[in-house]
Amino acid sequence: MAELSAVLATTHHPFYYKATHLTPPEEQLPQAPEWKRKVEAYRETLTAANPDILVMVGADHFHQFFSDNYPTFLIGKQPKYDATFYNEEREFSIPKYLLDGDEDLSGYMFQGLLDRGFDFSISHELKIDHSIICPIITTRPDADLPIVPIYTNIFAPPLPSPKRFWDLGRAIRSIIDEYPGDKKIAAIGSGHLSLELGGPRQFGETGPDPVFDRKAIDWLASGDIDAILANVTHDSMAGAGNATHGFMDLILMMGIAGPIEASYVDELDLFHTREMYMTWYPGGDPR
Amino acid sequence: MSKYYVNKFLYQVDGDPQLLAAYKADPAGLIERWERDYGRRLGTNNSVEKTSWLSFTDEERAALVGLDYPKLFELGAHFFLTLTIFIAIYNDDYEAAQGPLAFQREYAQKLSHWLDKDYPTVAL
Repeated sequence: MAELSAVLATTHHPFYYKATHLTPPEEQLPQAPEWKRKVEAYRETLTAANPDILVMVGADHFHQFFSDNYPTFLIGKQPKYDATFYNEEREFSIPKYLLDGDEDLSGYMFQGLLDRGFDFSISHELKIDHSIICPIITTRPDADLPIVPIYTNIFAPPLPSPKRFWDLGRAIRSIIDEYPGDKKIAAIGSGHLSLELGGPRQFGETGPDPVFDRKAIDWLASGDIDAILANVTHDSMAGAGNATHGFMDLILMMGIAGPIEASYVDELDLFHTREMYMTWYPGGDPR
Repeated sequence: MSKYYVNKFLYQVDGDPQLLAAYKADPAGLIERWERDYGRRLGTNNSVEKTSWLSFTDEERAALVGLDYPKLFELGAHFFLTLTIFIAIYNDDYEAAQGPLAFQREYAQKLSHWLDKDYPTVAL
């Protein structure tokens, strides 16, 4: 059977590459060198797991999908994936990529999800947006591993419940555990802590709700799903910032790991958001 | 009210550099062209099939013509679409004059009357 060698849950900051690689040092944010160091240290947690395939969890930000047909949950099944849309290059200077896909695991995952009551949509012409390419840039910048992309709706309400994200993570875990062969699989998902976009609390000196951020990191780091499900609702996330619902993809990642303590937890307070870098090793820490 | 149609406008124009440049140069002209051509295309990428019944209210059209993003927020347009397209329209000029994030901070300030209130829902 396959081995789940690591589960990574991270915020995705679309300006990371521009801020740390494209901006001349004398013009960089004061936090840029620390940001780069933290990301590179985090990258080592994936490298140490030595994966063969990456299951990537993210959410389309109205790039390919729009409200004429926005999928609640979707998986890609393709030999290749283009990444980065025109308006992401324009605003964030994110490079274009062409990633390999693992069609066999995509198909196995899709069937396994249907069998477990998750009636996914499937795409055979999916282009990847920054929710997946940002963690590729931070954790696997060579982009040399095949991916299985999974999209969730944390973006275009009405949204599924936090419990549904946890349950979906648990289902993905059981499918990975049953996947025939001896491949090592890492799961990487990106989302948000408290976040405000296009509202009165955007781009403040800190994220919109540092109190939520503290609790959220501690809940995830300790594997405390009961506290999350007791405290996190769509309304409570909206109260922390209008785009905070991306936290549900971090709950999903903890669902893949299970209710266990994280092996690696780091964070960085940036000017308008708190970044989080977390890794679980369900089969033991390889470092 | 058609939040969907407003979002469709923002989505299509933000994703197409030629439409975006036309919107910045002549908002009223581009909106008229968009309503005549793109708006009623079925979905976002079909040049044959049409949707016959979608339209803006006068208030929505006026907000789009006036580049009035506080009004679009009030009407429940999706925050990500609104922010993204207005960054495309304004950010470079603001940044050159006032430094990084000047436009984003003014944007927040213009919405500050919503602090401590429930925001208009973006749900459809």
